[in-house]
Amino acid sequence: MTNQNTISRESDLSGGEYKWGFVTDVETDLAPKGLSEDIVRLISAKKEEPEWLLEWRLKAYRHWVELEAADAEPKWAMIDYPGIDFQDIYYYAAPKGTSEAPKSLDDVDPEMLETFEKLGIPLQERAALAGVAVDAVFDSVSVATTMEKQLGELGIIFCSFSEAVKNHPDLVKKYLGSVVPYTDNFFATLNAAVFSDGSFAYIPPGVKCPIELMTYFRINTEGSGQFERTLIVADKGAYVSYLEGCTAPFRKTSQLHAATVELVALDDAEIKYSTIQNWFPGTKDGEGGVYNFVTKRGRADTNAKISWTQVETGSAITWKYPSVILKGDNSVGEFFSVALANNHQQADTGTKMIHIGKNTKSTIVSKGISAGKGNNTYRGQVQIMPGAENAVNHTQCDSLLVGDQCGAHTVPYIEVRNPTARLEHEASTSKVSDDQLFYLMARGLSEEEAHHMIITGWSRDVIKELPFEFALEAGQLLKVSLEGAVG
Amino acid sequence: MLEINNLHASVVDIDDSEILKGIDLKVNKGEVHAIMGPNGSGKSTLANVLMGRPDYEVTDGDVTFNGDSIIELAPDQRAHLGMFLAFQYPAEIPGVRPWQFLKAALDSKAEARGEEKMSVRNFSKLFDEKVEAVGINPTLVKRSLNEGFSGGEKKRNEMLQLEVLQPALAILDETDSGLDVDALRIVAEGVNSMRSPERSFIVVTHYQRLLNYIEPDVVHILVKGKIVKTGGPELALEVEKDGYKTYLDAAAAGANA
Repeated sequence: MTNQNTISRESDLSGGEYKWGFVTDVETDLAPKGLSEDIVRLISAKKEEPEWLLEWRLKAYRHWVELEAADAEPKWAMIDYPGIDFQDIYYYAAPKGTSEAPKSLDDVDPEMLETFEKLGIPLQERAALAGVAVDAVFDSVSVATTMEKQLGELGIIFCSFSEAVKNHPDLVKKYLGSVVPYTDNFFATLNAAVFSDGSFAYIPPGVKCPIELMTYFRINTEGSGQFERTLIVADKGAYVSYLEGCTAPFRKTSQLHAATVELVALDDAEIKYSTIQNWFPGTKDGEGGVYNFVTKRGRADTNAKISWTQVETGSAITWKYPSVILKGDNSVGEFFSVALANNHQQADTGTKMIHIGKNTKSTIVSKGISAGKGNNTYRGQVQIMPGAENAVNHTQCDSLLVGDQCGAHTVPYIEVRNPTARLEHEASTSKVSDDQLFYLMARGLSEEEAHHMIITGWSRDVIKELPFEFALEAGQLLKVSLEGAVG
Repeated sequence: MLEINNLHASVVDIDDSEILKGIDLKVNKGEVHAIMGPNGSGKSTLANVLMGRPDYEVTDGDVTFNGDSIIELAPDQRAHLGMFLAFQYPAEIPGVRPWQFLKAALDSKAEARGEEKMSVRNFSKLFDEKVEAVGINPTLVKRSLNEGFSGGEKKRNEMLQLEVLQPALAILDETDSGLDVDALRIVAEGVNSMRSPERSFIVVTHYQRLLNYIEPDVVHILVKGKIVKTGGPELALEVEKDGYKTYLDAAAAGANA
């Protein structure tokens, strides 16, 4: 079947609403379904990993088996889904011919490049022109990393996780699991056992990365899980802005995505991490879609800053709490989020800000949009530890309802163990008002345009935190994701 | 240009809520009509029904614009035909800049009419000119649309939109309410400068004050959902002197008869 045919068939099914639902015909190298110690060994062997990493994976796997036996899959989130059969998932799916990583773009399957073309990823020269270095993870294997050489001249390492294991084992060994240990939680433990690829970035001391680093993730194979692992280390005084985008084809069966991201900002370093998450959200009737269970956490040392910005429009289920451990004195943590739940989507997302150092400061701005029968929950934790003198947190969480069958919930946890802390929490819930709609329509905007303008305006505080190209894409995504919710 | 025949309108989903009880009105090209009336007479309702506000339901009669009925049209379609409503209480839209909003409005109109969209450069130039002409504080238009604007600033912002969109028919819904004399003069100057043989205005007002600055061709007195008297500019002066009492008494007597 040609790609073209695949696309039209898929869009018929989706009613033309999810524009990234195409499937790419590439031969795939699949490990058998299901999870066992053998599969973990197989993944590690396929990747020619060193012994210490295999051992780490196996420890994680054994811990996960215990967790599963104890029924420790987290149940506290406000999400409702049929149980996941962890034995019915492919834990390793690699496009054939990539058992040896491509040496250059010429070695990459042209159909795959076409896929990325469709996704609008600026590979090849476009990457350089756009000033973006891209690492694209297709199913489980990283297919091309651009601008590696240019970055190399500054001592910046930006490559797939697998390559990092081969070429920079000391760095990986030092930081892997240092922020999210393999025992952290059910899904992070699973990820530690079976993660197949992901991105790695290291910025040497004092270097400001001159371009935005970007990873694009895509799930292609039916019935496969995606378990990527990203590790970013900004050494003392370094700066990096990192972007992450994701899509998946239209599938009537659900797909599991359990990723882990670890950020390490050493003294005086800054990491800005932006995500546009547009995994397949399922059909209008709630069939299929990606189950997105993600653990993201960063550690900020003295005077360091970590900033998470996310626009979450995809996935049937989003379970995700990008967090910052404010370990060093004067460190800063930020979380800016727009999460949209339309049709039958369910999002339970927020952040954790753990204040350990003195004079630490965190800011949380969360915007939840609920439409259709969608359910959106903000869940956030602000913890001030006893030694965190003069810690400051400002939290603002706003909910916007479109229609009368959706839900918005706010679940803040606040724990203060030092009396000098100052915390502010603001929350609001609003609807797109008839007055606003009529006002815009009376000036000539269609009902859909009017909704879109009101919603993007309302999300502006978050979207303006995104790098420019991403901000445009985010606005478009919000628009497309809301189609059918209004009118 | 605009013809209203026996227009009846009620609040949607509320029984016995008829507000407009048979309105007849004809506005020719180039004319300025004033609609005056006491509180609760249905002036604002009329303005909103003409623009298609979904809170109201037309139960009888018809409204035509350039010969075609517009009753079934959505507000945006009426805007594309060249109708404009300056709101009494403009809505606040957080995070949306007036510039962005007006560009989108112009673009929608151009698209609906199959015309070419104005370039960003030309639009910016036009926008800046109009901001100055209307006397809006330029820092205001960098903020969210109407958010935190004073009453007067909101009205000036309505005039800015009027000037940029250049409609064929502008309906001003109590644009004078809450304005000081200076702001009132600016609004009136804006309207007067836009008067042309091709453009019509319906000015809805409670007080005669605004009509000192905008001289209407025709004045209508609206009481309890009906036009009870139509005349020239002198009618407004009469109301200024005697108030609406005579009309209200007559309407009450009529209702009791």
